[in-house]
Amino acid sequence: MTATTFGWLIPLCPLVGTVIISLGWSRLPGRAAGWIGTAAIGLSFACSVVVVVSLLGKSPEHRQLTSALWNYAVTPGLDAKMSILVDPLSVFMALVVSGVSTLIHLYSVSYMNEDRGFNRYFAYLNFFVFSMLVLVMAGNFVLLIVGWAFVGAASYLLISFWYRRTTATRAGIKAFVINVVGDVGLVLGTFFILRHTGTVDFLKTFSAVHHVFHHNQTDLVAGCLLLLVGAFAKSAQVPLHTWLPDAMEGPTPVSALIHAATMVTAGVYLIARMHPLFEEAPTAGDVGAIGGCLTLLIAATIALVQTDIKRVIAYSTMSQIGYMIMGVSAGAYSAGLFHLMTHAFFKALLFMAAGSLIGAMAGEQSLDRMGGFRKALPFTFGCFLVGGLALSGLPPFSGWLSKDDIIGFLDHRGGGFLILGIAGYVGALLTGIYTFRMIFRAFFGEPVDQARELEHGHLAHAEVPRNPMTGEEEDTEIGFPGPGHFVAEREVPMKIAMGSLAVLAMIGGVLQIPGVDRGVQRFLAPSFATSKLAHTDVASGTEWVGLVIGAAIAILGIAIAYRLWVVRPGAPIELRQRLAPIHRFLSNKWYFDELIDVLVVRPALLVGRVAESVFERIVIGGGVTGGTIGIVRAGSAAVRRWQTGFLRYYAAAMVLAMGAVALYFLISST
Amino acid sequence: MAIGWYLTVSALIFAIGAAGVLTRRNPLVILLCLELMLNAANLALVAFSRMWGGEDGQVFALIVMVVAACEVTVGLGLIVALYRRRLPIDVDELNELHG
Repeated sequence: MTATTFGWLIPLCPLVGTVIISLGWSRLPGRAAGWIGTAAIGLSFACSVVVVVSLLGKSPEHRQLTSALWNYAVTPGLDAKMSILVDPLSVFMALVVSGVSTLIHLYSVSYMNEDRGFNRYFAYLNFFVFSMLVLVMAGNFVLLIVGWAFVGAASYLLISFWYRRTTATRAGIKAFVINVVGDVGLVLGTFFILRHTGTVDFLKTFSAVHHVFHHNQTDLVAGCLLLLVGAFAKSAQVPLHTWLPDAMEGPTPVSALIHAATMVTAGVYLIARMHPLFEEAPTAGDVGAIGGCLTLLIAATIALVQTDIKRVIAYSTMSQIGYMIMGVSAGAYSAGLFHLMTHAFFKALLFMAAGSLIGAMAGEQSLDRMGGFRKALPFTFGCFLVGGLALSGLPPFSGWLSKDDIIGFLDHRGGGFLILGIAGYVGALLTGIYTFRMIFRAFFGEPVDQARELEHGHLAHAEVPRNPMTGEEEDTEIGFPGPGHFVAEREVPMKIAMGSLAVLAMIGGVLQIPGVDRGVQRFLAPSFATSKLAHTDVASGTEWVGLVIGAAIAILGIAIAYRLWVVRPGAPIELRQRLAPIHRFLSNKWYFDELIDVLVVRPALLVGRVAESVFERIVIGGGVTGGTIGIVRAGSAAVRRWQTGFLRYYAAAMVLAMGAVALYFLISST
Repeated sequence: MAIGWYLTVSALIFAIGAAGVLTRRNPLVILLCLELMLNAANLALVAFSRMWGGEDGQVFALIVMVVAACEVTVGLGLIVALYRRRLPIDVDELNELHG
C-alpha cells in the first residue's frame, strides 16, 4: 500500500466510527461507543504515522503526493475531483489532530461516563475529527470547503450538545452564524482565485499563481482578504471572535478538542496552505499579521479579568492563535505550525485539568469560588502547572521555544514586523499573569469546602445541578449534563490522557531548538519549497537572545501574578477599585458583543422590520399579490356568466363551435 | 354505389343525434343520441375506407367503438349513481356547476 492509500484511510477511520456509533447507538452496550470512537481515531493516528514514515523514505522533492478517487465536477474551466494532497504540511496537521483527538476521546470516556447522551456525544466527536481530517487532507478548494463547513456543523452540534440548556443552544447558534460568515468568505475568495487560474487544485493553483497574477494584483489581494475572513472566523480572531468564549458552553473535552487544539487552528493551516497566494499578495498577509497581533493583545487583556475558568482559557486560546496567525501571515510558517502543535498539547492539557477541577467543584466554573485545590488534586495540579508553564513560555517547556520562534522571526524581518514582535512580548507578559492568576486562585490559598472534603476522600456533589452561567436549576435528564462528576485522580483514562499530554507539553519543544536541530522546519520544508520567506534563516545566536528575553518576560509575568495573588491577596481588589473603568471595559470584553450588536444585529433587525412593515405589506401585499388577485377576480367575474351549468348549452356551444371551424375550413379550402 | 349516399345517410344520422343531444333532457336519451353521432362518424369512416381501398378507416371505426363502449360504461354508471342518490334524472335540473 502506498502513502496515499494510508492518506485516504486517515479521514476514513473516523467516518467509519461515526457510522457505526450513529447506527448502533441504541444497541451498543455500556461504554462501547466510547471505545469504538477512541479506537477509530487511534487507527487514524496510526495511519498518519505510517504516512510520515513513508514520506520520510522519499527524497524531499518527491514528498508532495496527490491522489484522486473520482470526479466531483469536471468541465472546461473546473476540475473539482475527490482528491487529497499528502505532503508534510497536511500530514503534520493530521498527526496533531488525530493524536490529540485520540487522547481527548480517551479522556471523554471517563468524563462523559454518566451523561445520558454518551453515544450521541461520541458520534458527534468522531464526525468532528472526520471533518477536520477532510479539511487538512483536502487536495483542492472544493474538498477544503466541504471539510470547512462540516467542521463548523460539528462544532455547532457539540456546543449545543446539552440542548436543553438555553445558554448552550444560543452559543451554538452564535458560533454557527459567525462560522458561516467565514464560510462565505472562503467560498468567495476561492471564486476570486479560480476566476484567474481556472483550476481548484492546490498544486496547480500554486504553480499558476506566478503566471496569472502580478505582484499585489487587486483581485488576488481581494481573494486573499476573503480567505482571511474565513480564517479569522474559524480561528476566532478579532472582530469575528465573539463566538469562542460562548462556545465554552459545550462539554469540557469538546472545548479542549475543538475550541482549543484543533478546529480553531484551521485558520492557521489555511494561511500556511495558501502561502504562495499570500506571498504574491503581501498586503493581505500584512492585514492578517496585524489582525493576529490585535487579537493576541485584546484577548490577553480580557483573560486578565474573566472569572469563569473555561473562559479564561478560551481567551488564552484566542491570544495564542493570534500569535500563530501573526506568524504564518508574516511568513514564519514552520514557527507558526510548531506553535500550533505545542499549543495543541498544552491547551488541551489545560482544558482537561480544568475539567477535572470543575468535576471536583461539582460543575462550578467560577474562579471566585475555587481555591486551595493543591493538596486535594495533586495530579490535576501538576498537569495544570505543566500546561500553565508551557503556556507562559518558561524554559524548558514547549511553549517557550515555539512562541519565541515566531517572535524571533518577526524581529528578524524588521521594519513594521518589529512592532508586531514587541507586541508579542507584551502579550507574553500578559499570558504569564493571567495563566498564573488562574493557578494561584484555583490551587493556592485557603482550601474551599469542596477541596477540604476531597482531601478526606469525599468528592463533592451538587445538591441541585445548576447552569454555571445563569445559576438556573437543571435536570440531569438527557439534553443536560449527567449527574456524575469526575476527577483525574480517580479515573485511569483521564489520567493517561492528561499524563501523555503533560509529557508532550514538557518535551514537545525538542523538535525545534535553534542552533541544535530545526526538526519541524526541516520536515515541513518540501511544502514551502517555493516560498521566499520560509528560508529566511534567523541566526541561532540572535534567536537565543530572543529566547532569553522571552524567558525573562515569562518569569516577570509569573512574578507579578505571584505578588498580586499570593503575597498580597488584597491587592487585586484594591487594584480593581482603583482602575474601575478599565476593569469594567475589560470584563465587558472590550464591548465587542455590544459593538457587533449595534453595527450588525440591530441594523439587520431594522432592515427586517422595515421590510416586514413597508415592503411586505405595501409592495408585496398591496402590489404584487393584491394586483394578481384583482386581475384574477375581475377576469373570473367576466367569465362566470358563461358557466350556466346547463349541459345542453355546453353541447350547443360545442356543436356551434365545431360547425364554425368546419365552415372556416370549407371556405378557406375553396 | 357512389360515396355520396353513404355520406348523406351518415350526415343525417349525425344531425338526428346532435338534435337529440341538444333537445332532450333525459340523460339516458342523450347518451343514446351520442351513440348515434358516433356511429354516424363510423359509417363515414368505413365509407371513406372503402372508397380509398385502405383499411385505416376501418381500424379507426373499431377504435371509435371501443371508445364508445367505455363512454357508455361511464355514462350509464353516472346515471345509476344519480338514481341511487335520488337525484332528478333531468340534465336541466343538474346545474350545480353554474357560475
